[in-house]
Order: sequence, then C-alpha cells, then structure tokens
Amino acid sequence: MQRPYEIIIGLEVHVQLLTQSKLFCSCSTEFGAPPNTQTCPICIGMPGVLPMMNRRAFELGLKTACALQCEIARFTKWDRKNYYYPDLPKNYQISQYDLPLGRNGYLEIRSPETGQSKRIGIIRVHLEEDAGKSMHDERAGKADSRIDLNRCGVPLLEIVTKPDLRTPAEAKIFLQELKLLLNYLDVSDCNMQEGSLRVDANINIGVNTPEGPIPTPIVEVKNMNSFRAVERALTYEAERQYQEFLETGRRLGQVPKQTRGWDEEAELTRPQRTKEESSDYRYFPEPDLVPVVVSEAEIERIRTSLGELPQLLRERLETTYGITPYDSDVLVSQGRALVQYFERVATLCGEGKLAANWVQQEVLRFLNEHQVSLDAFPLPPERLAELLIMVRDRKLDTRRGREVLARMLSTGESAEEAVASLGFVDVGDAEIEKICRLVIAQNPKTVADVKAGKIKAVGGLVGQAKKINPHVDPAKVREMCLRLIEETA
Amino acid sequence: MAITPEEVRKVAYLARLLLSEDEIAEMAAQLSRILEYMEILRGVDASHVEPMAHPLELTNVFREDRVAPSLPREEALKNAPKHDGECYLVPAVLGPA
Amino acid sequence: MDLASLTASELAQWLCRGEIGAEEVTRAFVARVKQYEPAVGAFLTFDPEKALEQAAEVDRRRREGKPVGPLAGLPVAIKDNICTTDWKTTCASKILANFRPPFDATVVCRLRAGDAVLVGKTNMDEFAMGGSTELSAFKVTRNPWDLSRVPGGSSGGAAAAVAAGMVPLSVGSDTGGSIRQPAALCGVTGLKPTYGRVSRFGLVAFASSLDQIGPLARTAEDVALLLEVLAGHDPLDATSANREVPPYRELIQQPLPTIRLGLLVDQLGEGVDTDVAQAIREAVKVFANLGVEVKEVRLLHHRLAVACYYIIATSEASSNLARYDGVHYGYRCDEHRMEEQLAEERRRWAEKGPSSVAEEPDPPMVRLYRKTRAEGFGAEVKRRIMLGTYALSAGYYEAYYLHAAKVRRLIREEYDRTFQEVSALIGPVTPTGAFAIGEKIQDPLAMYLFDAFTVGANLAGIAAVSIPCGQTREGLPVGLHLQGPPFAEPLLLQLAYWFQRETDWHRRRPTLPAPDKPAL
Repeated sequence: MQRPYEIIIGLEVHVQLLTQSKLFCSCSTEFGAPPNTQTCPICIGMPGVLPMMNRRAFELGLKTACALQCEIARFTKWDRKNYYYPDLPKNYQISQYDLPLGRNGYLEIRSPETGQSKRIGIIRVHLEEDAGKSMHDERAGKADSRIDLNRCGVPLLEIVTKPDLRTPAEAKIFLQELKLLLNYLDVSDCNMQEGSLRVDANINIGVNTPEGPIPTPIVEVKNMNSFRAVERALTYEAERQYQEFLETGRRLGQVPKQTRGWDEEAELTRPQRTKEESSDYRYFPEPDLVPVVVSEAEIERIRTSLGELPQLLRERLETTYGITPYDSDVLVSQGRALVQYFERVATLCGEGKLAANWVQQEVLRFLNEHQVSLDAFPLPPERLAELLIMVRDRKLDTRRGREVLARMLSTGESAEEAVASLGFVDVGDAEIEKICRLVIAQNPKTVADVKAGKIKAVGGLVGQAKKINPHVDPAKVREMCLRLIEETA
Repeated sequence: MAITPEEVRKVAYLARLLLSEDEIAEMAAQLSRILEYMEILRGVDASHVEPMAHPLELTNVFREDRVAPSLPREEALKNAPKHDGECYLVPAVLGPA
Repeated sequence: MDLASLTASELAQWLCRGEIGAEEVTRAFVARVKQYEPAVGAFLTFDPEKALEQAAEVDRRRREGKPVGPLAGLPVAIKDNICTTDWKTTCASKILANFRPPFDATVVCRLRAGDAVLVGKTNMDEFAMGGSTELSAFKVTRNPWDLSRVPGGSSGGAAAAVAAGMVPLSVGSDTGGSIRQPAALCGVTGLKPTYGRVSRFGLVAFASSLDQIGPLARTAEDVALLLEVLAGHDPLDATSANREVPPYRELIQQPLPTIRLGLLVDQLGEGVDTDVAQAIREAVKVFANLGVEVKEVRLLHHRLAVACYYIIATSEASSNLARYDGVHYGYRCDEHRMEEQLAEERRRWAEKGPSSVAEEPDPPMVRLYRKTRAEGFGAEVKRRIMLGTYALSAGYYEAYYLHAAKVRRLIREEYDRTFQEVSALIGPVTPTGAFAIGEKIQDPLAMYLFDAFTVGANLAGIAAVSIPCGQTREGLPVGLHLQGPPFAEPLLLQLAYWFQRETDWHRRRPTLPAPDKPAL
C-alpha cells in the first residue's frame, strides 16, 4: 500500500565549538557560570570595541567542513546580520553570508529501514557568534525579562543540510551520525542539555495524488531539545500538515513560511510569533574583521590530519576483524578510545568477533554500571586478551570466563591468577573424552533419543558429565558426546 | 529617486526609530533630496568591479585561543539602565523584539 | 613668557632641558582654558585636577632621573568619541550622556605610556556625524577666529582647543574629513593617517572602514611628535597595520627629495571661494620655490566621492549605532510613560478593531528601543541611520551599498594610478572658510557637499594632512590639503614641515576677547 505522503526534511544544526575562549574576545566559554560573569566590553558590544577572530575556532570550523566533504572557500569573510534582540547586545550578529567556510558537502548515513548507505547533502557550513539568553518567568506576568550575556560570542558552527531526509527516523540517524563525527573530530561535545548542539528543522510533505505529489507549505520547527524530540516533533508535524492539507488544500507558496515550536509536554507543535520584516537582515561585510584566505596546502594539511572518521572506521573494522555492521556500529559509536581498545584486544586474541562481544557486553556494562569512561576501566587490553585467549582455546567457557573477569576487575588479579583463585581447572581433551564415554555408556536411553534425532537430549549427558567433573566445558562435552554417538551409530 | 512616507515608516521600524507624522514627512523630503543627489552614481558602470569593503586589504588576522579574565559583573552592569545585580532587565520579551 | 604660545616641540625641549616643569606647563594651559573656554566651548570634560596630578608625577619621575616618554608633560585633549576610564565618553550624544567606559582606548594607553598629560575630552558633532560641531547634544563650539562661526567638525572641539592655545596637542578622529576640515577652518595642522596606521580600538565607531584617529597641533613637527606615539600595530584591532612606525620627527626634517606634486585643479574652480583658490595657488608657488615640481591633475571619479561616501558611511553607521538601545548601557526612555502611551495606543487600536496588522502597536520591548533611540539621538544621526538602513535593506542593497562599494574601488584605483605620476596631491581642504553658526544646519545636503574634497582620502584609506596656508578676506584660515599614498605620512609631513619653514600661517593666532570680558 502506498503511503499517503512523502516527508521532506532539511536540518539546520548549530554546534558549539570546543574552544577555551569566545569567538571574538578572551572570555571563557565554560558552561554554567553565574549570569553575566563571563563577559567583557567586547562581547557586551560596548562602544569602541572591536572583535578579534579566534584562530582555533576557525580551524575547528575548517576541520568540520573538510570532514563533511565540503568545497572549502579559498577566500572567506565575515558579514553582519542585523536584527534587534535584547540578548544580542550589538544588535547585529557576526556571521558568514555569501562566502561560507564550506559548501556542497555531504554526510553518509545508514538508513534504518533499508540498511543501505545514503548521502545527506550539506548546503553550507559557516561560523558565527552565539547570542545571550533571555529568561522570562511566565508566571510573574508583567515582570521584566532578564538577560544573561555569558553565551554571547561563543563560537558556533552552523550546518545546513539539503532537504534530503525522508523520515523523522532518518533525521535522528543523521543527527546521531553528525554528533559522532564531531566527537571524533574533537570539534564539539554536542551536549544538547548545555545547548552545545541545537537543531531546527524545515519540513513539508508531498501528498500523493493521482496527479502526482502536491507539496504543502514549509514549516520551520524549533525548540526540539533532544534527538528523540526531533523524531517525535517531525512525526507529529508531518501528520499535522497532512491533516491541514486535507482540511484546507493549501499548498507550497500559498502562505508564507511558518515557524512552529515543539511542546514536549503536550507533544505537539504550536505556531510561534514572527514578524515579516525580521527577515530583512541587511547583511553587509563586517568592516571590523578582515577576510581569511585558505591555501590549498592548508586544506591538504587539515584533510590528512582528520584521522579515521566513523564511516570508514566501521568499514575497516568489519573487513579487518570480520565483525558485523551492528558490532562495528556499537563500537564506533562509543568513540575512538573504545575502538582502539577493541582493536588491541582483537589483535592480541586473534578473534575479532569474540573481542567485539566481550568489549560490547562486558566492558561497556562495567562502564555503564560505574558511570565512568574507558580510561577508568581497570583492565588494560592485554589483560582482557589473556582471558579471551583462554576462552578462545576453550580452557574456560563463557560463563566461567565472566566469573574470571569479575574477579580480575575486583581483585586486580591476572586471568591465570583469577582462574586459580576460583579453583577452575582446565579439563584436558583426553579427560573429557573419558568422561563422555562414561556417561554415554551409562545412559543408553538418552543416547537412543539423540540417535533418533532428539539432539536436545544431549543436554542430559552434559549434566551428568558436570556431576562427574564440575570443571568441564559444557560446550566441549556436548560436542564430544555428539561425535562419539555419531561414531557408534 | 523619491522615498515615500510609507517607506520611511518601514525603514524607521527596521532601524528601531520612532518618528512622528511630521518627522516622517520631513524625513521623506530630506532623504528624497539626498537620494536624488546619489543618482550621480547611476551613470557609472561598475558591474565588473570587485566591491571594496576594507581600505587596507589585510587577510588572516587572528588571536590565539586563550582565556583572559572577564569584566567583574558589577563593572559590566554599572552602565546598565536597569539591572537586578545579576542580569540586565528589559520589558517582557515573549516573541520577537 | 607665555608658555601657551609655544609649540609642543618647543615645550618638549624646554621640559627636557629642565628649564620648566610639567606642572608649570600644565598650569599655563589650564589657565588658558579657564580664560577662553566660556567663549569657545571646546571641552565636554575638563579635568585640571587630574591633569595636574599627571604633570606632578612626570616631574617627580624626571627629578628622580627615571626615563619619561616622548610626550612627558605635554597637555593633550582627547575627542569625546575615544574611550577613557577616567572620564565619561559621550560622543556628544544624549544616548551616551552618562557612559563611562571600563577600558581605555589603545591610543589613550599609548598617550599614558608616552607620559602625556591628559586634560579632558573635546566637543564634537554627535557620533562624529557633521562638519560644524553644531550637532553636539551638549554645546556649540565656536571658531576662535570668529566666534560667530563654526570651528568645523566633527573634531571641532579638538581643533578649536589648539587654535585657542588651550592645548598644544589634540587627538581627533577623521571619517570623512573630521580632522582636516576643522583643522583648516581653525588654522591648525591636522593629519588623517592611513587607514590602519593608528588603532581604532576604543574609538566609538561611526563608519568602521573609514574611521581613523589622528593628531591635531600647531605645526607639522608637533603632529609628527604626536603621531609617533599614536601610531602602531594593535593586537586588539584586526584592521591595524602590522608595520613599523618610522621616526616621523626625524624624517620630516630631511631635505625635500626631487618630487612632483599634483595640483587638483578641479577643486579651484566653480563653487570654491576665490580667496581659497588664491591661497592654494600661493601655496603652489611656495612649493615651486622649494624646488618641487607641481603638475595639474584631475581625478575624474572625485565627483562621485560624496555620494559614494554617504552611502557607505551611513550603511556602516546604521549597524554600528544599532547597539544604542537602552538595554546594556546608555540612555533609556522613561519606561513608565512609555507603558502608559502603549496602553493608550492599544486601547484605541482595540476600539477600532484589528483591521490591519500594520496598525498594531509595538510590543513593549520594540517600543522601548524605538522611543529610547528617538529620544537619545539627534536629528542628523537619525537621518544617517535612516539613510544607511535604507541603503542596506532588501531591494536596495545592490543599487546602493554594493554599487557604492564598487565605485569606492574605482576611486581607490584612480588614486593609485595618479600616485604613479605624482608623489602627492595638493588642493584645498574646504571650498570656503568657516561658515556662520546656523548657516547650513537646515540643509543636510549642503553640509554633506562641504566634505567634497576630504571624503576621497577616507574612501581610499590613504594619508592626508591639512595645514594653514592663507586667509580669506574676512581673516578666516584657509587649509591646504596634501594627500599621499598609503603610509606616505613621512612625505606629507615633510612637505608640510618645509612649507611651514617658508610660511608663517601656522604661527598666526586668533585674537580672542580679553579674558575679563564676558563671552558671547
């Protein structure tokens, strides 16, 4: 059955760059300081001050534009975007208008529905300064709004996508992938709670009709405070536009672009007030800042210094270690440090899949339970590999392996020491065969069942074997019993 | 080129100026006269000329990413017409200003 | 001995030799200010106590044999659009009437480091927008040569203070002629340095790509002395030039090289006072006698300069002055009255029924901005903000701002070509001598056209100087305009220095009313 409409989504993402100081002055960018304690005459926009460009912010912007496969502007400049707002003390924002840092790039994502890769186009990447914060207590009624300028002048990178996203879920995946990329680049911590990543979306739908799809008016959705909120808001908004279309028949171009805000509690979008004139930003070149010329050599230097980025890293892990796309996705999404840890373990124990399982299940569980990062994980990769080699060589079964690991983590013992402390004895193959032959001889009925095709019945033999020697590896016993039964058949 | 009172009203709003009806009329007349004089530029073909935004054509002037102490809050707020010791105060802003 | 009649360089020598002390010098000038300020009105802030403190400190340091700066003990006045922590910085505007910056402009830091004695802040046209200093929100400054006339502007207070002998040195700013034009009308020497030569950090911006701080004094030598302290790279100003500051005082006294000057003949014809034209022609003869070849030249794009200038300057100004909104500093309208007015408008609007969205009264924040700015800015500032906002607005940007930015390049390129043929240009600074107070105030365009000869240098970012070169039949000073390529300050000041060796226009003094007589 054909869906009644297609969804068309483009995103506008603002990320805060990881600099120590603001974009145009030396005030700290640290989050959470008391109001108006991180300002100076420059970011307050006092008469007589001049902005001075932060080199690191420019480099981080350039790095991101390169990683997003953008064409890099050889000549880029600053422009003033003029509009009045009390949290913007100069009443203009220093931004980039016609010559952004980068344009025409893309980010590859894997579509959750098809599992296939898809390129999401990036229209532009540019630097700009953040505004402050206006706070209004609605309950206080007519009371004044309060303005905190700490954020004012914090460096932001604006990333605008093409309307290439087709579902709210895809929008979410894109954001996750973008966040991951920026984390890998050390460009931004992308913390939505602290406002270091903000998303606005432009969305409309194409209603399917026998005459072809009819586009509805584009709506800008704001105020989405988590990736989950993005997905929910866009799902809601698409359906709302469909209902509105059914009621009014309004299509693209018949009404001006509307802005709506996502109300998390009510789970709906509401229209926001805008003024028509607010779009006349009177951009012009910022006379207080000089342009930046970027050489080919510089771009090359940045490109080569990017390091391995998530998309290629996943592919390499899959081919090098034979792990599944799911595994590589989980590992890569945890960041570079965990991937390096995994690679070391996988190389030492020689089994990628085994290493992937243990890192994902055991290491990540420990980190989650203790709410710590990898550098606080007590086991260096070499020690975990020692354990995994025992598991690989069947000297320990998985269950016992976990027990050994738990002991290693709590006592600091090596794998061998922990095995000894736990009294686990490696039962040799000859011994296992002896035990198996014994239980086969003692349980002819079970053997008959197995022979008749009830393979599951072999579990009874494994239980018997464990009674004889609790240290045997159940998997080995199972295997051996089946082989012996087959031989006798 | 003449500018109409209606245009003056729009521009005054963009510039956040409040003009009385008399001032609007006077402004329209004065600006029209000035803009008429500006017509002298119309005859110049500059279509292939690169616009000049800076007289001294420097590039790549940066500062290093180092933090310096901020202004003490009392200092910052000292010149503010209205504040509560922590924040600047303005009439309630709910929508666009 | 009347210390106030000496040049800064002469005073510096006396001070250096220990024949007089800084306090003594400062007292002499303070006395002058007290005598003539009521008549002239050059200062917005005058602080003799602070001045004498600084002077005493200089004397103490000198007594102790400690090193002192090149301006040690010399009184300097600062235009009131340059930020000072000691005094309010008002830009002669009601909107900044009580603004006290928490920082010093870079030039102020340099002056302090040079041990200058800062005496106060001089009057100007509001936000440096004007050419007569009549547009100050606080007071009118009078031309010391004729108290019924304007001193020029916008650095009118700075020029008048030097002309009246109230300070030997003064710091102004020049966006379209604001140093050179009042220097010409007041008979003093004033320099607009090359864009980027002097830091703009702490200069309250009018038009950022045109503004430049510069010195005013009696002589080229004094201007060189002050420029040596003001000039230099500033890491706080991205548009400041990172090149060495030459030893101007030393360079300008060297014999003139074999050079050719270009006489801007188009600036001697129609619309130019014949006395002014005559003074310029006399000046040409002086240069000829000095062995300098003078050739007639024409700048064809010059006729576009005023139109080009007023589009670019007002566009930038409309953005630079957006920050004066009554939120973070400066004047704010009476909120209570504003609320009442709005309530009344809303009531009337509701009665009429919301027929049209456009008629809806402003939200309170918007009205606060609009009323604050309407009450805080003077008429000329509003006019320029309107013009600039219009020139940048949707639908007009290409036709006005962008086109003007292109014409600007044509003007610069024509200068560049001309400077291949001649080393510097000479002509008048203004078409006439000082005009009467009130004469042009009703006619903004006439006021703009008075800038016709000076705005070109700002558009091109080149160096230009104004020196006294004659008088009109009314006895008003005439200024000679010397324009040179970027960073040609040494050459321009050298020409001025040798011209002043041959002439005495810069030594003439206005006759001010006797101190015991009440001022006008």
